[in-house]
Amino acid sequence: MSFPVRLNEAAVEEFGRELDAIRDEVMDSRGDADRRYILRLIRTQRSLALGGRIVILASLAFLPRWGHVLSGWAWFVPVIALGTLMLGLAKVLENMEIGHNVMHAQWDWMRDPDIQSGTWEWDSVCPSDQWKHSHNVVHHTWTNVVGKDRDVGYGMLRVTEQQRWHPFYLLQPISTVFMALFFEWFIALHDLEINRVLAGKRTLAQIRPMLGRIGRKVATQGLKDYVLWPLLAGPFFLYVLAANAVANVIRNVWSYVIIFCGHFPEGAHYFSAEEVEGEARARWYVRQVLGSCNIDGGRLFHVISGNLSHQIEHHVFPDMPSNRYPEVAPRVRALCARYGLPYNTRSLGRQFGSTTWKIVRLSLPTAAPAAA
Amino acid sequence: MERTSGAARSPLSGLTALTDLFASPLRTSHYLELVNPLWTTHKLQARVVSVWDETASARTLTLRPGRNWRSHRAGQHVRLGVPVGGMHHTRTYSISSPPERDDECITITVKAMPGGRVSQHLVRNVAPGSYLPLGLPQGDFMLPDAVPMRPLFVTAGSGITPIASMLRSYAARGKLPDVVHLHYAPHPYDVIFGAELNKLAEDHPRYRLALVYTRELGEANSRQRHFTARQLDDVCPDWRGREAYACGPQGLLAAVETHWQQAGLARRLHIERFHAPWAELPAEVAGGRVRFGRSGLETPTDGRMNLLRVAEDAGLNPPHGCRMGICHSCDTRLVSGCVRDLRTGAVVNEPGHTVQICINAAAGDVELDL
Repeated sequence: MSFPVRLNEAAVEEFGRELDAIRDEVMDSRGDADRRYILRLIRTQRSLALGGRIVILASLAFLPRWGHVLSGWAWFVPVIALGTLMLGLAKVLENMEIGHNVMHAQWDWMRDPDIQSGTWEWDSVCPSDQWKHSHNVVHHTWTNVVGKDRDVGYGMLRVTEQQRWHPFYLLQPISTVFMALFFEWFIALHDLEINRVLAGKRTLAQIRPMLGRIGRKVATQGLKDYVLWPLLAGPFFLYVLAANAVANVIRNVWSYVIIFCGHFPEGAHYFSAEEVEGEARARWYVRQVLGSCNIDGGRLFHVISGNLSHQIEHHVFPDMPSNRYPEVAPRVRALCARYGLPYNTRSLGRQFGSTTWKIVRLSLPTAAPAAA
Repeated sequence: MERTSGAARSPLSGLTALTDLFASPLRTSHYLELVNPLWTTHKLQARVVSVWDETASARTLTLRPGRNWRSHRAGQHVRLGVPVGGMHHTRTYSISSPPERDDECITITVKAMPGGRVSQHLVRNVAPGSYLPLGLPQGDFMLPDAVPMRPLFVTAGSGITPIASMLRSYAARGKLPDVVHLHYAPHPYDVIFGAELNKLAEDHPRYRLALVYTRELGEANSRQRHFTARQLDDVCPDWRGREAYACGPQGLLAAVETHWQQAGLARRLHIERFHAPWAELPAEVAGGRVRFGRSGLETPTDGRMNLLRVAEDAGLNPPHGCRMGICHSCDTRLVSGCVRDLRTGAVVNEPGHTVQICINAAAGDVELDL
């Protein structure tokens, strides 16, 4: 294997055993405190969502046209902005720290019938069963294997020299901005593998049932955010609609930023299908470490990034409750140092900067990958 | 009694169908839960209103069930969810309060079993103000409606609870029939509801209570103090002419059942039985038979091959993804028996537990919901 590290088979096996030991220790210690964490988080998120929508509606009372003491743009704008921010944050929490992690079966061990990976549906236009396939099965099994992991560039972008250049990629500095703004829609269509349909490798008949489910999900999501809640505002329909749209965009851009920092920053490694042939669990661990990147930050930052700022820990232990990643991160990092494995962690600015620069740089044809 | 609530609910349910669209992908009920967990309709919970120690090891919990609760009949039981160590456990308890109770609360009485994590948690740790998931009343261990009868109750330990509901119901209606009650407890101070039962016996000559203390004279004599035919004849000579209701530990129920069967009176005996449904944990790797409940297939296994392969070799094609325990696409419900995690060696034997079949093997006989 042409892995960028010199580890013999025995060392790889030993590395795997040590990670297994960390995993067993943490999984055995799951208990009441973890349950309290997720229940409190869910309560907070739902309160924020409802509260945000109420503040948005309440902001209409401050419109200049009412002519009372507190009416005027100077009152209205901050209040509606606050409501929008609350709703946006609620959507961020729901999608990332709650939805993503619940659907990874991180909380199935509680056997709480309300918090099960099999039945959880999230606040996104992407139906959760399709996301679980494209994410849990394809991405987490084939992480960063070019041609196998469809999250490498999402079928839209060239993020490694190992992807062959195509004139289509010239557009990627612009298309990536669209992806940021409408990220949930790209995720919703992701599992359809539209490029394979266009290439004739997948038929329309195959994707029709999936399209039906996406359609229904889009309808209920759209009805809620763009019809029903705005209708409560009567003649001020458009204000509420705009606020909801902005909240959705806040969620889209934030999840785009965090998720793109997971596998695309400078230093993330990519693999070919041949390299991972016959790979056992220990080597899969090594690939997860090499292919994932962390973001440094404080406790609140980790929560609102769904702990995907601990992307390395998430990828080696995808079904470990996310509130435990901060405590295992130093141990995983020390382990990597001991085995001479790179552990890619930098500030949000550095990771997102290098990701963006790479997307711009790789839009142009480049030579074959430089020797590592 | 359910007709009225059904009629009253329909305009409300039309309204919730509309508000649910505002709450999608959740439901209105999820937001009502933020205000009061008893208002939910997507699940039923009960608030622990108060706790009361009946004996040193038994505690009565007064529960206020949420909306959608329906009244029970005396003798019925409920399933109660109990989070212990962050994990939900479901246990079944008889309701010990009578349906006539008018404060919309019910009581269950739990005895802490040695080594029983759930019962000990309920008896020692559950505090008033906490919420527990609750099922609806179930079971046909109850007295027939409006049929005059002369019951014989045979109970032991916490097996008193469904009978307590029946007795309290009779007392509340002021219609206590001719009852004989044979109850076993280790010592006088272990009798759950002891004072109340004695008071009932004093006030109502038609209620004849016979208390047998199985450990009072020391361990050695206790065996003779358990259920025997002679004892029954002494306490209740006319037992053949009565409808018998029995609830208690496995040993008592087995003895009672045999006795009634031998007398050819099995149809007059009604039994409420609670037993632990989980399998023994095997000490080492053991093969067994794997049953796929939904498809009705059964196949032997060596206890080393993962259950996904076992299912595929049996001709099934269960949903799966990574085959290495990452993606949870193959998660299946354990119906009965025991499975072993091939990565960690951890063994699971609680029915209803989720099993990743790609990294679990059978540990003895096992049934999966496949």
